[in-house]
Formats: sequence, structure tokens, C-alpha cells
Amino acid sequence: MALKTEPFVINVGPQHPSTHGVFRMRLTLDGEVIIDMEPVLGYLHRGIEKLAEGRTYTQNIPFTDRLDYLASMSNNLAYVLAVEKLAGIPVPERAEYLRVIMAELQRIASHLIGVGAFLNDCGAFMTPFLYMFREREKILDLFEMVCGQRLTYNYMRIGGVSHDIPDEFLPALDKFVSRMPGFIDEYDQLLAQNEILLARAKGVGILPKKLAINISASGPVLRASGVKWDIRKADPYSVYDRLEFDIPTGSVGDCYDRYWVRIQEIRQSVRIIRQAVEQLPPGEVRTEVPHLLHPPVGEAYGHIEAPKGELGFYLVSDNSIAPYRFHVRAPTLINLTALRDMMIGWKVADAVAIFGSIDICLAEVDR
Amino acid sequence: MEVKDKPGIYVYGDKQLDRVEGEAIESLKAHSQQPIPDPDRWLAQEIQRNVLVTTVDGALNWARRSSLWPVNFGLACCAFEMIATAASRFDISRFGMEIFRASPRQADLMIVAGTLTWKMAPQLRRIYDQMAEPKWVLAMGACAISGGTFAQSYSVVPGVNRIVPVDVYVPGCPPRPEALLYGIRMLHHKISKRSIISESR
Amino acid sequence: MTLALSAKEIASQVEEQLPGSIVDSSQDSLVVNSESWLAVATFLKDTPGLDFDYLTSITAVDYYDYFELVYQLTSLKHNHSLVVKTRCYGRVNPTLPSVVSLWRGADFQEREIYDLMGISFNGHPNLKRIFLWEGFHGHPLRKDYL
Repeated sequence: MALKTEPFVINVGPQHPSTHGVFRMRLTLDGEVIIDMEPVLGYLHRGIEKLAEGRTYTQNIPFTDRLDYLASMSNNLAYVLAVEKLAGIPVPERAEYLRVIMAELQRIASHLIGVGAFLNDCGAFMTPFLYMFREREKILDLFEMVCGQRLTYNYMRIGGVSHDIPDEFLPALDKFVSRMPGFIDEYDQLLAQNEILLARAKGVGILPKKLAINISASGPVLRASGVKWDIRKADPYSVYDRLEFDIPTGSVGDCYDRYWVRIQEIRQSVRIIRQAVEQLPPGEVRTEVPHLLHPPVGEAYGHIEAPKGELGFYLVSDNSIAPYRFHVRAPTLINLTALRDMMIGWKVADAVAIFGSIDICLAEVDR
Repeated sequence: MEVKDKPGIYVYGDKQLDRVEGEAIESLKAHSQQPIPDPDRWLAQEIQRNVLVTTVDGALNWARRSSLWPVNFGLACCAFEMIATAASRFDISRFGMEIFRASPRQADLMIVAGTLTWKMAPQLRRIYDQMAEPKWVLAMGACAISGGTFAQSYSVVPGVNRIVPVDVYVPGCPPRPEALLYGIRMLHHKISKRSIISESR
Repeated sequence: MTLALSAKEIASQVEEQLPGSIVDSSQDSLVVNSESWLAVATFLKDTPGLDFDYLTSITAVDYYDYFELVYQLTSLKHNHSLVVKTRCYGRVNPTLPSVVSLWRGADFQEREIYDLMGISFNGHPNLKRIFLWEGFHGHPLRKDYL
């Protein structure tokens, strides 16, 4: 006797327990197997691009903090790079090194949460997440020492950074950096060969190399699929051309590779911070820039390697105090293009794991 | 004996005063022959050690405020400060709140953390309606209180209190975990002032 | 270092193959006719030596007389980049060809431009609003939206 079945649409709604924010998917299921998926975005669309046209260039820096709130320093950096490109403003060397140190610390913090949330979705309910948070709190202490805020820093300025680091910062940073590799080893020991993680993540949600390039993926998602492309090496900004580091690349492009790439990037970031601290020159930290900046008429596209991918800002100026057009090239929005292809054929529980491995931040997707 | 210059006003002589005081002492002594019994003697010893006497309001409010279970409603950046409050450093578990329920039917506190957009507003109202009484709402962060930096935007709700009634507002952008814990304590004070008589309709 | 290609050289290459498609070219960017945009894009993607296989970003800018779409193209193989622009005139229902068939990364970005600027794309598989809800009046990022 043949059973009559039909596909069933369920809604993985905007409010759901994984910590990625307000994202909604409509899954069409045949039993437990996903046969179609449609993402619904826009639940956090705040109109930043329109609001930014009414504020001066310096007033827009706090807006960029709130884009990818887990990597605020990187967002600030991308924006001020774009403005400096537009207006041709030089940056003192000490400021460049401080920017690199902050950006790499921020990369570690963001990857810690990315990995912690992914493992949370895979079923290790809270333990790795809380371990990661413990280390992240140390980084947030360092940031608080520098600029007084824990989450949305507003530290970079057009022409440098806001102010110099206090004396306690470098010894505290040394202490953190010397203990971080040990922590990653401890984590690896618990997780890298863990049977459950391997069963849930190896071979799941594969993003083939050709597709990854075609959908303009960037960041760890692209590198896990086997493409060795990192803006810090391909188009170096700030002082990255003077620092030595490797680019971890995956082979298959499944969830496990994306997790592995992030862990290796944390190790490389520690290496970069050590070198930057050694090479840190004395000097001033900001070029004098007028309060109301009037950049010449023109446009500029400034991009960096943010923890989640290639973050770019496209600015058009018409010689007034506010940008004529402020556009954010959001890496996570573009990484989501292939979500449908990655999910079809897998089960509902895998959908959550695949989605967690891309590591998105809804505020950046929706702007 | 009479006062010298004021006729009709009498003052006791020394001896008379002493006699009146002595009579008061004698009468008190006569009435104090037995010790005054224990005021709690109406409760047997066993029960006295195991029974706590209080008001119904006091007990109910204590139970409600000591185990407020929040529903998972992090929207934007403030969500991460809320998660940091729940993590091991600023342990929210000491207030009984470490379980963030995924289902609103099992929760009694909704912490709205982050910017609310008009597209998300119907879902907020729906989750609020699905929570069982008694329920409270805490608006965390500038965006939830009044729209924050994004108040003039075309798609942002200028304040969560347009959609749901709010009990406590915690300002900040984002508020530090200590600030959120202070807001939760203010909510505890608010809950302890409730009374069942005013609740019943 | 990613080499930002000079648009003038590319312009001459494109003009040989597809005459009449280039409107303007300066040091930084190449402006292409909107009718021949799809052909130029295919040429840029498939020609060996250019090989622009990675579409970095698409932006739409509202200059009051026309809308301008700016495409940032990159080649991962040769590590060079190019900026291509195309314009469409008229504010009521402007249309442009879609490049989703060449670069799938344009999918969500073109939907966003349709949602916020009102420019429709011919050949897009799923052109509907992405950030704002169905029934929202107007296109917020236009300069005449208040």
C-alpha cells in the first residue's frame, strides 16, 4: 500500500534559539529532508544607508559600529580607510600599527563567538560557548582599557585612531597573547577529533569551489572551499605587507572546514599581534583633520578583510559635509546567496548547523 | 499640705509621696507571682521550627521575582550584552534566570534587546500575547526605549512601548551587564510591591 | 597588490569586440551602454587575460537625472580589478539587464537595489522586495523619498 505524502512548509521563524539574530527561513520538507528553502531577510533593516546621508563623515563612524556588532573595530577601520582614500589623508605609522593590533584582537573575539555559536547549534549546548565567552571577556577588558566601551567602540578616526593606548595596555596584551595559544590547544583537544562534531560537521553543507567564487563569497567561507584569497595578502592595506602570517585554507568546503579555518585564523592573529607589538613605533596617533571634512568630488571603494569576509564601503562625495552615497558591501549578505544550495538534501537539524557555520550577523545583512 | 501663697493647691509631703510609690510596688509584686508564659506556646515545638508565617502576597511575590524566566528575544547588539550577562562572568543564574526559554509559553519576562523594526513588530506582539500572565517586559538599550540612533529611520519603531507595555527601561548603548542587572533588580522591587487583590479583575 | 586596471585600455579592447557599447571611459572607471551591458559583461568574464570571475559589489547611486549602477569586478586569478558603470535614465520604472546568469553573487544585491531604489532587472529569477515588506510604498534610498 503506497502512502500518499506531500511536501510540508515550515517556518523557522525570526525568533528562534540560535544566537544569530532575527533570520527567517521557509523550509519545504519531504519528511525530514529539505527540498527547498527560502530565506526572508529584513527584520533588522534600520536604513543605515539613508541615515548616513544626513550625517557628517565623522558622525557616521558610530553607525559603522552597529553594522557587524561583533567586529566593530573592523567596521570602523574599513570606513575610515574608505574616507581616507576619498580625501587623500595620510595616517601616522603608530596609528597604523595600533589599528592592526585592534583589528586582529577583534578578529579573535569575533571568531570565538562564531565558533562558539556553531558548536552551540551542533548540540554541545553551552559548554564551548561559555569557554569562548570566558576568553572573549579578557579581550573586552583590553578594549575597555583603550576606549572605554565593551561592544561598540568608535575608536578609529579619520586620519588615525582616537587616542593613544594607556600604559597598562601592553603588559595586559602580552599576558593575553601568551596564554591564548594554550587555550586554543585545550579547545582543539576537546573538539577537533570529537566523534559527534565529526559526524555532524564533516561532509555536511558542502560549498564547491566554483560556486563559492561565482556567488562572490569571501572570508572563511571562501577559504574553506579551497580558494586562497585574503585581502590582507592580495591587496594589503595598513601595514599588513610588513607582517608575516599564513592563510589557512580548507579543502572540501563543509562545515568542519569552516570551523577549522576559523580556529587556525585565531592562531595566525596571535602571531600578527606579537609582530605588531614588537614593531610598534612611537609617535602621534592622529593627523589633524577639520571637524567638517569636505572631501573633493569623487568616489572611493575601501575594503578590508573583516572577520566575516570582505567588508567594503563605497562612498560618493559631492564636496559637502555629508556623503552623497554611503553603501556597505556586506560580506554576510553575499555569503548567504548559496545557503539554499548548501541545504537542499539535508535534514532539518543539519539546516541549523549549516546556517551556524556560515557565521552571519543579521545587523550587517540587513543594515 | 497647702502651698503657701496659692490657696486650694495641694502638694504631697515627702512621706506621702513615698507611701504612694511603695503601694505601687507592692501591688505589682502581688500580680507578678507567676512568670509570663511564652507568647508562641500555642505552636508545638516541632511545628515552630518548621513553619514560616508570612502573608500570601509576600510569598507569591518572592516566588515570582526569584525565578523570572526570560524569553529569548535578542534582536541586535544589545543581545550580546544580554548573553554576556548570562555567561559566566556576570552570572545571571544567581538571580534564577539562567534558563532563557525558547518558548514564550514557559517564560514570564521578555527582555527586548535591540532595535525593533516595523517588519518585526507583529512577531513581537505575537510572542508577547503568547506569554502567560503574570508577565513583564524590560526594554534594554536606547533602541528599544525610543528608537535610539535610528529613530528617524523609515523602518524603525520609535520605542518598543508602542507595541507592548513596558515595565522597566534600561538605558545604554549597549548597557553594560551591570546596568542590566540593576534594571532586573528594579523589576524585582516592582514585583515585590504587587498584591493579589489589585491583580484580580 | 590588486592592480586597478586602467579603464581606457579595457575600453579599447571592448570596443574592438563590441562596437558602440562604451559611452565613456576615464582612468578609474568604464561607462557602458545599458543595452549592451550584458554582452560586455560576458566578454569581461570569459576573455582569457581579463577573467573577471568575481563580482565584488554592485551599488546604485541616484543622480537626479539618471541612476548609475557601479559594478566592482575582480579577477582572482590575475589579481586585478575594474570598475564598470552603467546608467539608466528616467525615474518611472527604470530597467536594466541582470547579471545573475554570469555571477550569482548579484542575486541578493540586485534584489536590494530593486527594493530600495526601484530599479528593475530583466532576467532576475526572483525579483521581489528583500528588506522591506510587501506593501511598502516607495523606494526609500531615492533622493526624493522623504
